[in-house]
Amino acid sequence: MIQSLFYLTAAIALFSALSVICSRHAVRALLWLVLTQLAVALLFFLLGAPFAAALEVLVYAGAILVLFIFVIMMLNLGRSTLEQERQWFPLSSLFMPTLLCGVLLVELLYALDYSSGQDSQYVAPKALGISLFGPYLLVVELCSMLLLSGLIGAWHLTRPYLHPRQGANGMLPAADLRAKVQKEPWL
Amino acid sequence: MAEFMTVLYVLLTLLLLLVLAAMLIWYERRLLALWQDRYGPNRVGPFGLLQVAADMIKIFFKEDWIPPFAEKAVFVLAPAVVVITMLLAFANVPFAESLWVSDLNVGVLFFLAMSALAAYSTILAGWSSNNKYALLGGMRAAAQMISYDVFMGLSLMGVVLLSGSFNLREIVEAQQQGWHITSQFVAFGIFMVAAVAESHRLPFDLPEAEHEIIAGFHTEYSGMKFGLFFVGEYLSVLLISAMSVVLFFGGWLGPILPPFIWFCLKTLLVVSFIILLRAAIPRPRFDQLMAFGWKLMLPLALINLLLTGAVLLWWEA
Repeated sequence: MIQSLFYLTAAIALFSALSVICSRHAVRALLWLVLTQLAVALLFFLLGAPFAAALEVLVYAGAILVLFIFVIMMLNLGRSTLEQERQWFPLSSLFMPTLLCGVLLVELLYALDYSSGQDSQYVAPKALGISLFGPYLLVVELCSMLLLSGLIGAWHLTRPYLHPRQGANGMLPAADLRAKVQKEPWL
Repeated sequence: MAEFMTVLYVLLTLLLLLVLAAMLIWYERRLLALWQDRYGPNRVGPFGLLQVAADMIKIFFKEDWIPPFAEKAVFVLAPAVVVITMLLAFANVPFAESLWVSDLNVGVLFFLAMSALAAYSTILAGWSSNNKYALLGGMRAAAQMISYDVFMGLSLMGVVLLSGSFNLREIVEAQQQGWHITSQFVAFGIFMVAAVAESHRLPFDLPEAEHEIIAGFHTEYSGMKFGLFFVGEYLSVLLISAMSVVLFFGGWLGPILPPFIWFCLKTLLVVSFIILLRAAIPRPRFDQLMAFGWKLMLPLALINLLLTGAVLLWWEA
């Protein structure tokens, strides 16, 4: 029962992942990606890792992809951007990535052939927490530092354009603004 | 036999929840009317109870119109998402000691995941309508959901720390000595604010603020598709009330009366409180909403978590 559920979910995950890269519409591709994440979460659950499954839905499907859709929605990409992208990526540019992917696929098949298919074991949330903050504490701390640097970077990028006399709301004082308009009337 | 009972129980819960969500509309209208010194719906049936049935019949016979400029598949899917995720989240709520559909050991996370997924409903509705007001509503919904998701999860971690489990049944059983509201009242406040914002009810209904952007994300919706958004909203009110009872008010625990009755009474009280919030507090501006979330609620949730952890460690040592 569990095995057939696993294969069904894996098939859904594969199909939706293929649809992500095949669909031309950005928002539709993202919706397929949401489905892929949900299927992967179910795979985690079936393999005995409910904590990872819940976090997959909560963090990837629930937060990160919402942000992606938020940005894509605002851009409102149309037919013209599709044409533009076609010019950027001619078919010949597919050659090298496909070759490298092929090598990876062969390696994966080779590795699968050698691993004896270990039985997965059930991991309770508590055991996971203990191992995360026990033996793997350094990795967790490193990850959090990486995230912190990302956060600081984002804060720096979104600060208003800092002119020496610019206020906190990003506006210049009225006199400066008038001078700027006279100097650069095209603005 | 056990499987048959489970299926029966699932169907009963489903039916009960949908009926309750509909009745909640009547309850809210009567309660609001009481506070505003008027009668509210009192004509159809005893105390106006059948008003909901009349409205349902009306909404089923309305023309189910899909605008020609909309993204049809997504437009139809969007209202279903919120109802499905809210009903799924209910599968996890223990109504009494042995009255639950599934006893997940990551219960709290499952609830958070489902309420995060419900955000897709409003965002996709806003995008697929192809209408600028709907899109504005969808964008507001996305920003609001992401911001308030963060500290909703953080505020619950104090409760998880005190109970030593993510399992909702075990969280209730950990409150035998005293409800979590006594030590986690800050967390309860934060959770309530975040949960009301997640279900985008007044005062946090900026995604559909009718005085600025018509009806926001559901501007183009009519008939039963609009009805589904409505049912989803009331289901989420029920869900956050039930969850706050489980997490902070000792779930089914209580003297004399049977456990299930205790659970229902407490839930009804929290539901009434949420309705009172709607009647009492005006809607903030969108930038105020964002600043309130990130600059006040998030640090408060972090400090609460830190203090809870410290006190717990100090006690154990």
